[in-house]
Amino acid sequence: MKYMFLLNRTTDALPEPGTAEFDQMMQAYGAALETLGKAGVLIDCAPLAAGSAATTVRVRDGETILTDGPSAEIKEQLGGYTIVACADLDEALKWAAIMPAARDASVEVRPIVAVQAPS
Amino acid sequence: MSAQLDQLIRSHWWAAVATLCRLTGDLAAAEDAVQEACVVALEQWPSAGVPDNALGWLIGVARHKALDRLRREAIRGSKEAASMREALETGAEQDASPRAADTLSLMFLCCHPALSLEARVALTLRSVGGLSTAEIAAAFLVPEATMAKRLVRAKAKIRAARIPFRVPDEDELPARLSAILRVVYLVFTEGHMASRGDALVRGDLCDTAIALARGVVGLLPGEPEAMGLLALLLLTDARRAARSDDLGALVLLEDQDRGRWNAGMIAEGEAILEASLRKGRPGPYQLRAAIAACHSTASSAGRTDWRQIALLYAELIRYEPTPVVEANRAVALAMAEGPAAGLVILDALAHHPQLQRWPQLHIARAELLKRLRRHGEAIDVYTSALELEPAPASRSFIARRIRELSS
Repeated sequence: MKYMFLLNRTTDALPEPGTAEFDQMMQAYGAALETLGKAGVLIDCAPLAAGSAATTVRVRDGETILTDGPSAEIKEQLGGYTIVACADLDEALKWAAIMPAARDASVEVRPIVAVQAPS
Repeated sequence: MSAQLDQLIRSHWWAAVATLCRLTGDLAAAEDAVQEACVVALEQWPSAGVPDNALGWLIGVARHKALDRLRREAIRGSKEAASMREALETGAEQDASPRAADTLSLMFLCCHPALSLEARVALTLRSVGGLSTAEIAAAFLVPEATMAKRLVRAKAKIRAARIPFRVPDEDELPARLSAILRVVYLVFTEGHMASRGDALVRGDLCDTAIALARGVVGLLPGEPEAMGLLALLLLTDARRAARSDDLGALVLLEDQDRGRWNAGMIAEGEAILEASLRKGRPGPYQLRAAIAACHSTASSAGRTDWRQIALLYAELIRYEPTPVVEANRAVALAMAEGPAAGLVILDALAHHPQLQRWPQLHIARAELLKRLRRHGEAIDVYTSALELEPAPASRSFIARRIRELSS
């Protein structure tokens, strides 16, 4: 059985690399991931860019509608995830539009931040 | 001298930011570098003279500034800055001459539909139009800090989400072009609207919108809707001098001194509109331009071809099925066939939730009631329009009408 942990945070953006907050976050996550890794349960873990960097994709009547930011629709809730590797946002949006969720609810396209593994 | 220099620099801003954006791969870095180059230009050019290739000079200096900054940031250990610097340094051999594809890519970037509409407008005015944050803030009546934050946030999203700097593929082009045209049209209507801010800033927005539309037509020649938009802006802005009286009050189209309309702009707008219509691919901007042309070709208000205008509005509804377009059609119909014909439509629209609080609808209804000599009702409707707190220019117009009807 696989489980997804939804990691919430109290700020929109991640701390800036090079700041004490960033280092602290990396250390704390490094320790947790090491434990998960040793236990053999870890598949993947990565931080997400700020919610303000998100784009919400909806397809209605065959037309793709984009909105800046996360979905504000209270009737919608997180129902799954897909991770894709794309050259840029245009490509990601194109693929997001083919997901069934885009037709009956929405797909939030949020960049995954590439961080170096803690040394 | 200084105003001339400002204008010269602003005329190169778009191409300079676009080239730097290609070289650095980052809009914020590009803009900062060009801004710094402009400061140097303003220091040096008054005494040393303007270089023959002013744009090339600005790009050269901006590139050095960008490199300097990236070196400093790379020392601080930013991985992003290090890779950007690498791009810029290998770009030493890379062609730094401005390219049309760059200027177009910058426009597509700033008008990307993944950004909020207000961010697109602000970004286009800043990065493409070269307006300062303070000027944009003044135009949209928000504090400068708010506008600065909006711009920073938009540029951060472009970077974080990797919104591409390129001309979209053929299949995406129509939708993306219409996103650009929408932003340019919004900039213009913001400037054209006499409802807020001071006249100078407003005129600046209209000029910027026309320059942007001209740029898009130049970069994507033969796109009928881009031509239609440019024609529309020229035909509408040609009436600028006649739109307000000496006290700044709005002068209705029918009361405007047509001798004060800019004949050169009208001729250019009509020629562009004709060329766009010959392409045989009509669209909303061409229709709006055709409506504007109906007014500009009429030698007097009385000779306006209202029947044709009503038909054009009916056609426009197919593209924009909004109550506002319907209200405009009603007004045209009232002019063509008599006030009663228009009033029927406006009465129905008066209850539309989207229009209830729109003073223009009430003013139009009141005007028709006045023409039908239903003065008492007209005064009531004018009064309710006043309660919606219309723009100062409209307010004094309404007050005058109520006085006329009451006496």
